[in-house]
This record gives sequence, structure tokens and C-alpha cells, in this order.
Amino acid sequence: MENHIFELQYAIDTFYFLVMGALVMWMAAGFAMLEAGLVRSKNTTEILTKNVVLFAIACTAYLVVGYDIMYDGGVFLKDIALDGAANADALTATVLAESAKAGFGGDSVYSNASDFFFQVVFVATAMSIVSGAVAERMKLWAFVLFAIVMTAFIYPMEGNWTWGGGSVFGMYNLGDLGFSDFAGSGIVHMAGAAAALAGVLLLGARKGKYGPNGEVNAIPGANLPLATLGTFILWMGWFGFNGGSVLKLGDIANSNAVAMVFLNTNAAAAGGVIAALVIARVLFGKADLTMALNGALAGLVAITAGPDTPSPLAATLIGAVGGAIVVFSILTLDKMKIDDPVGAISVHGVVGIWGLLAVPLTNDGATFSGQIAGGLTIFVWVFGASFITWYVIKLIMGIRVSEEEEFEGTDLSECGMEAYPEFTGSRGSGL
Amino acid sequence: MKLVMAIIKPFKLDDVREGLSEIGVQGITVTEVKGFGRQKGHTELYRGAEYVVDFLPKVKIEAVVADDLVEQVIEGIQKSAHSGKIGDGKIFVSSIDQAVRIRTGESGNEAL
Repeated sequence: MENHIFELQYAIDTFYFLVMGALVMWMAAGFAMLEAGLVRSKNTTEILTKNVVLFAIACTAYLVVGYDIMYDGGVFLKDIALDGAANADALTATVLAESAKAGFGGDSVYSNASDFFFQVVFVATAMSIVSGAVAERMKLWAFVLFAIVMTAFIYPMEGNWTWGGGSVFGMYNLGDLGFSDFAGSGIVHMAGAAAALAGVLLLGARKGKYGPNGEVNAIPGANLPLATLGTFILWMGWFGFNGGSVLKLGDIANSNAVAMVFLNTNAAAAGGVIAALVIARVLFGKADLTMALNGALAGLVAITAGPDTPSPLAATLIGAVGGAIVVFSILTLDKMKIDDPVGAISVHGVVGIWGLLAVPLTNDGATFSGQIAGGLTIFVWVFGASFITWYVIKLIMGIRVSEEEEFEGTDLSECGMEAYPEFTGSRGSGL
Repeated sequence: MKLVMAIIKPFKLDDVREGLSEIGVQGITVTEVKGFGRQKGHTELYRGAEYVVDFLPKVKIEAVVADDLVEQVIEGIQKSAHSGKIGDGKIFVSSIDQAVRIRTGESGNEAL
């Protein structure tokens, strides 16, 4: 009887993990819609292509070598099918032994394949962050090359030092220093933003974004309904991102923890929207929707490092601070002429740092020094490795389209296809 | 025959259409256009950066009418498109040499 209960617990925890992973996978759709909404229509096809390709590359690169670097999971996942066991019965026996050792309320025991699935969609999320920041001017194939290096190597390395429990080049161990990043404010979001920042610095601003006398020119996004839909999709997917990171559902304490994480994740997003919208209204005199959307995501990024310990009110405030930071960060980056069409560096990077620093406020298991050490380690590694990678790609093939191609739109130069071609008047277009 | 072309505020289109129908105008062509006149543009705001919209949306109406109807049409448009505020638009009149109804081959005033 006890074994049957353990089997059921294994089943429910695996099922929970897979559903949470599928929710995170759906965030790829959110990023695609958000970015498609905030670029100009002439760059829509290219940004959508980037989003679908980067997801596929992340899945493949992580399968080939990334999971092995991060969790020692085997190159090509060679032993994943039965978790190394000889047959299904042997797997059952191993699992039952593990479950008995861990106890009903102990560490989660779930399918290894579900673990890979849940981890791989996080890699894709980190890479998705990059595509928005470099939008409207980067060569598609330069981006694709970078995506391979990022998802096969750069992200898995820092993932190993953090969630993987490995030491940083054999020098120190972040876990021992009191570093805690529950679902990845730093490990996923700030890492993605650091890679994006390195790319943007080498890439330069979109033509016309900054005037010669320090003017910041607006380049309005083409489709705010899409941007709003994308934000809601991300908001929904985030329940999987944070909720799944509890890693276990199958007992009362953990079920309750998952429910609290859902609640706090939602509360923080709401706090982020309110703060960003109010501050945008005060600063600009108008309700800026794009800032409210960035505020929602900022709230989500802010709570991601520690959605399990704050009270609902504290979670709302952590999200609200994130929403406030993101508005000022976007304005500051523009003053520094760092052109980020969708605000990804502010949302995921600057607010990701805030998310890390907010953990010790409600979690005794984390320390400020540990958070700073972890944040710095991730940033220095990802920024440095990304900068070198971007630079090498720039030397080999260039990373930016020509000025004329940029003017005509990357849809034509990179994909040869417009996103909204109904007014071309060509045969078969319906006109 | 005369071509009466009017640039008007978009929200006045229904009024102008009804006004012209009452006068007896049988058909008009409408285009959404952008431009500037004395009204000039206005500023909008995106992520904290202000930008000027130089060209405002207007509606262009074109009606080809018989000579004896022109004065009534001009008066009708001016009355129905009038809001009294800047940016109400303009009316232009020019001559038309020929008109042909494609379906029947009728020409001149018969085709209007």
C-alpha cells in the first residue's frame, strides 16, 4: 500500500512538473507577441522568426550538451529514458527506494525526463530576452549563431554554479555564500539581460533613435494589442515558471507552497502594473500602456527570486518596487543611448538585480552578501562571455544589417517576406 | 461637369454624405488621407519620448456633378462639414472634360 502511494506521488509530481513546464513553454509565445507588438511593422516577420528559431535552438543545444554541463545529465541525454535503469521494473524499484528514503514529505522524486523538460524551457526564456533588445537592426543569422553559444554553453555554465550546485571554476560555491534564487530572477532573467546588453553595446542604436543634440526620439511599436496579449501570456506562463520551481506538489506542505507561489507571483505582477502606470502618469502626464506592460513583467521578474517566503502584501510591494524601477531604468538607458526597443534590459536585468536583493528581506536562508556575490558572478560571466561571442560573430560576418536594409525593414532583408503584405496589390493578394 | 474635392474632418463624413444625398448627388468617392494646413500637427508620447505628428488624418471626398449643381454642393459641404474650429478643411473645384458610365457607355451628365 505504501508503495502504491509513493507511485501516485511520483505520478502527481511528474504530472505537475510537466504541466508547469508546458506553461513556461507558452511564455515563448508571450515574448514573440510582446516583441512583435513593440517593433515597427517592417520588422515583424524577422522578430517572429527569431523567436521561433531561438526556441528550437535552445531545446536542441540544451539536449545535446547544455543539460550535461548544468546538471551532469549526459551528452545527448543518453540515459534519460529510464533514468539509467535497465528496464521499467528496475526503474520502479529504484524510484520506490528513493521515495522511501526521502519520505512522503521529503525531497521530490519525479521523472528525469520531466526534469529535463522543465529545465529546457527556462533556457529558451533566457534566450528570448535577448531577441527583443537587439530587435530591428540585427542580422538574423548572427543572432542564430549567438543563440547556439548562449544556450549550449554560457547559460548552462552559470546554471551549474547556481542550481547545479557546482563551484565557480573550482574557486567558490555560491550556495555556501548564502545565494538564493528560487526561480531565476538572476540565473535566467538577469543572465538574459546581460547577454542582451553586451549585444546592444556592440550593435548600436536603431537609426534615428537618438538625435545629435541628445534628443531621444520615439519609435512607436506597431501593434499594442499584440504587446498586451504577449504580456498576459507571459503573466500566465509565469505561474509555471515560479510555481513549478517549488519542484514538488505531492504533499500538503508543498501543495500549499505552490499555491502561495501562484498567489505571490500574481500579486507582484499586479503591484508592478500599478506602480509603473502611476509613475508614468506623474512623469509624462499620460497613461503610457507600454510602461504598464513593462511594469507587469518587472513585477514578475522581481518576485521570481523569492516567491515562496513573502506575505501577499510584501509580494505586491516587491512587485511595485520593480514596476517603479523599470520606468526610471528605461528612461536612464535612453539617456545613455542604450537602445532597447522592448525594454528587456530594464525589465529583466535591472529589476532582476532588485529581485535578487529583495530575497533576504523575507528569507532568512539568503544573505545580502550572498545575493551580491551571486548576482555579480552571473553578470560578469554572462556579460563577458557574451561580449566576446558577439564580438567574434561581428568579426566573422557582422551583426548589423546595412543602413538601407534597416530603413526598408529586416523583414525584407532577412526573411524576404512581409508580415502584413495585403497592400502589395500582387496577384493572389486579394486586391 | 465639375469635380468637387473636399478635405474634411473625419467625424463629419456622415453629415456630409447625408447633406449631399439630399441635394441629389448620386455618388461620391471617399479616401482617408493625411496632411497639414493651418491646424499643423500635435505631439504624442511614447515611453517618455515626445514626438510630433506632422500630418493629421482627414477624409477626402470627391464628387463629379453637373454644372448647375456645383454651387449647391459647395454650400452643402461647407454647411455640413463646418465645426467652426481650426482644421475644418477646404473645398476645391475643377472642370471635368468627360465622364463615361462603364456598364452602359452613357457619357457626360448622363453618366453621373
